[in-house]
Amino acid sequence: MAAALLALIAAPAAAQDVAIVNARLAIGDGSAPVENGTVVIRGGRVVAAGRGVATPAGIRTVDAQGKWVAAGIVAGFTRMGIVEVDGVQPTNDAGAARARFNAAIDIAPAVNPRSNSIGVNRAAGVTRAVVAPSTGQAIFAGQGAVIDLGTDSDPITKARAFQFVELGEDGARTAGGSRPAAFAEFRNALADAQDYAKGARTYGADGHLLTKLDAAALVPVVEGRQPLLVHVERASDIRAVIALRRDFPALRLVLVGANEAWLAAPEIAAARVPVLASALADLPSSFEQIAATQSNVGRLKAAGVTVGIGMINDDEARQARLETQYAGNLVALTRVPGASGLDWGAAFAAITSQPAEALGMGGEIGSLRPGRRGDVVIWDGDPLELSSAPVAVWIDGVEQPVRSRQTELRDRYSVPQEGALPKAYERR
Amino acid sequence: MSIKRLAVLLLAGGAAACTQADSRPQTASATPQAERMRVNPDPYPSTYRAYPGVPTRVVNVTIYDGEGGRIERGEALFADGKVVAVGQTVAAPADAVTVDGTGKWLTPGIIDVHSHLGDYPTPAVQAHSDGNEATGPVRPEVWAEHSVWPQDPGFSRALANGGVTTLQILPGSANLFGGRSVTLKNVYARTVQGMKFPGAPYGLKMACGENPKRVYGSRNIMPQTRMGNIAVDRQTWAKAQEYRRKWDRYEADGKGDPPTRDIAMDTLAGVLRGDILIHNHCYRADEMAIVLDMAKEFGYKVGTFHHAVEAYKIADLLKANGTCAAVWADWWGFKMESYDAVNENLPLLHKAGACAMIHSDDANGIQRLNQEVAKALAAGRRMGLAITDEEAWTWLAIAPARALGVDKWTGSLKPGKMADAVLWNGNPLSVYSRPEKVWVDGALLYDANDPKRRPVSDFELGQPGSGDVK
Repeated sequence: MAAALLALIAAPAAAQDVAIVNARLAIGDGSAPVENGTVVIRGGRVVAAGRGVATPAGIRTVDAQGKWVAAGIVAGFTRMGIVEVDGVQPTNDAGAARARFNAAIDIAPAVNPRSNSIGVNRAAGVTRAVVAPSTGQAIFAGQGAVIDLGTDSDPITKARAFQFVELGEDGARTAGGSRPAAFAEFRNALADAQDYAKGARTYGADGHLLTKLDAAALVPVVEGRQPLLVHVERASDIRAVIALRRDFPALRLVLVGANEAWLAAPEIAAARVPVLASALADLPSSFEQIAATQSNVGRLKAAGVTVGIGMINDDEARQARLETQYAGNLVALTRVPGASGLDWGAAFAAITSQPAEALGMGGEIGSLRPGRRGDVVIWDGDPLELSSAPVAVWIDGVEQPVRSRQTELRDRYSVPQEGALPKAYERR
Repeated sequence: MSIKRLAVLLLAGGAAACTQADSRPQTASATPQAERMRVNPDPYPSTYRAYPGVPTRVVNVTIYDGEGGRIERGEALFADGKVVAVGQTVAAPADAVTVDGTGKWLTPGIIDVHSHLGDYPTPAVQAHSDGNEATGPVRPEVWAEHSVWPQDPGFSRALANGGVTTLQILPGSANLFGGRSVTLKNVYARTVQGMKFPGAPYGLKMACGENPKRVYGSRNIMPQTRMGNIAVDRQTWAKAQEYRRKWDRYEADGKGDPPTRDIAMDTLAGVLRGDILIHNHCYRADEMAIVLDMAKEFGYKVGTFHHAVEAYKIADLLKANGTCAAVWADWWGFKMESYDAVNENLPLLHKAGACAMIHSDDANGIQRLNQEVAKALAAGRRMGLAITDEEAWTWLAIAPARALGVDKWTGSLKPGKMADAVLWNGNPLSVYSRPEKVWVDGALLYDANDPKRRPVSDFELGQPGSGDVK
């Protein structure tokens, strides 16, 4: 097995300049796909992408033969790379139920680029992911990261890319049992952070509740230098969160989940708060999402909200690969009378550029516009269609394997009976 | 034939048929033959009645018949709740409504063999958590239908977004013996009896692996290990054999007091008699193989393994035993026993000649079972398994119908069967398609073009978003 895994991960090590030509090109910025497109990647970044882009002399050229070539998927809210098997606690670093720290928790050191979730999702065209911790004993879960899904040893694109807080039913439970308790905890924490910012040496003399590390971690939040991802679902909770900016005007809010956001779409748009929405949640799974509908994303987009797709509470440690299917379903809604969906370009943007924009990283990842990281996928069909799969993946301009442990197992058992030796001897 | 008559026929033909509903023990020592106590096998009988439909002809439509057949630009006629004819052209009465199916697909209604709608409904609050009687690992006495809340909003999503017309509600997997399942028509009713699929046999939910040993082992109650799982199973089956012998003897000679009634053992005896079908939650290949041997040891048949994440490793064994696998397309890794999942499980089983089908186990997944099949099918094709779209549709139709023992009545578009059908607004194996119309027993119960044909459960009525597209 060790040998097989080594073989699996022995991918090209360095970025190689490449031009992918003859592509049906999806840039990820919301535009419709274009025929006969070209992508040029140099030094690990996109130099140009579109029609009529010249192929530089002397670099590797890949003929896509008319296939779909698209920006890599940016998974909007996940716990990829920090969980190997959800039910096996020692492999699950998403949350710490008995931790003494909260906002200070930084998940970046826990991200394991060899986790099978990363391999499986990479093979499905996911190239970047927003990775969030989950809460322990406080409403603040800690600081999440943006990662790449490459085979190299450094998965971190941006550590401490955001702080994550629970303020709906989950936040209420964590805070002791009510929403008001959660909001009190929130205000106290940010007040502690403000005190800490005024003087780290005197911090704690005033009976602050937060540890120094937690207070320090919230300084960039209260000062608006770090996005604050807030999980809420109910429309009234969303309004209450937006109202926090009256007292903490610098907050860079991003809503997560937000199944009832369509009921507050004008306020969200006016407040310029982006959303990482659960694409297809349409059940009243709890009393905070009684009005859930698959049309949520379409209605938000129509109202002018920046909305990307996230995976909260949806097998987010391993199934971000479903985001292409989810985005396709949002296109399907455009043909359902009375429903609101997204056109293809907007749906694809919801799983590429829009999550990046929500985190303020749209200049870095999420599209094939010039200057972005060289994350590009050649697909054997429409990336949003159920029958499609990647045939080639580049991350930071480095070509990646599209095999995983799952394909190894599949091949071992393509004929289930043993041959001349036990199955344990069958490997590539 | 009316549904009522079908139900009566099935009961009369059943091995445990009853002539009277009285199940109280009778104490007279020499009970006359005519007054011999019989166990009523159907004490909560279905009161489902088909809603009225109009004779309907769908034309110019691509048809998957659910048994592997396909007709291009074909026609289908429903009348009196039944499929009347399916073919290139069909003769229709003058009063038939004609639906133009140009660019659309007509399929049998989707059947989900594994759902917890109603027993784990939404909102998923503790007060609604009615799927696991986790008070003991052996609970065959519980019946899922006694937990089903007929107002679960999930039924409407399964119908309108998923095209699901029949579904089996199972107890959860905390227990080795989880209890009886119930098969429902996906039609809202005031009572669960009003949803019960007439004549459908009962199932027994069993579970192997991590869940039972975790739930009870953590309380220091047996089972705590996989060997404990099987030991408790075997002890229980041995008791069931004894119980069945006593009742068989009593029913044969009618002498003496009837044996003491045991509601748990009634279910297990029903399995041993072949009246109740086994639905066994089991992930790992090696455990499924143990269960197959255990079934032989005690003389019952494992109808269907559910989840069966490693079924692809023993496709040949499943085929040889005539045991089905009901699987997901791509769930994996959430616990150890799901770690070896592959996307090709379903097509690998199919190609090996084993009985295979999709299942949801999920109130969201049940809305996209056609999409799950499409993903599995594509994964299979990528590894070179040539399976047609119409063959793959059997995983949503006749295969689960057989697993539930309702294939005489539904699961394909064959004349005489229930007119349970979906008209899709495009290729139903495409992500871009959705149900446009859904008929159950010929009644139009969802129509994307008619907001009045969109069910709203009591729970959602008058709430924010009530009656919205979902």
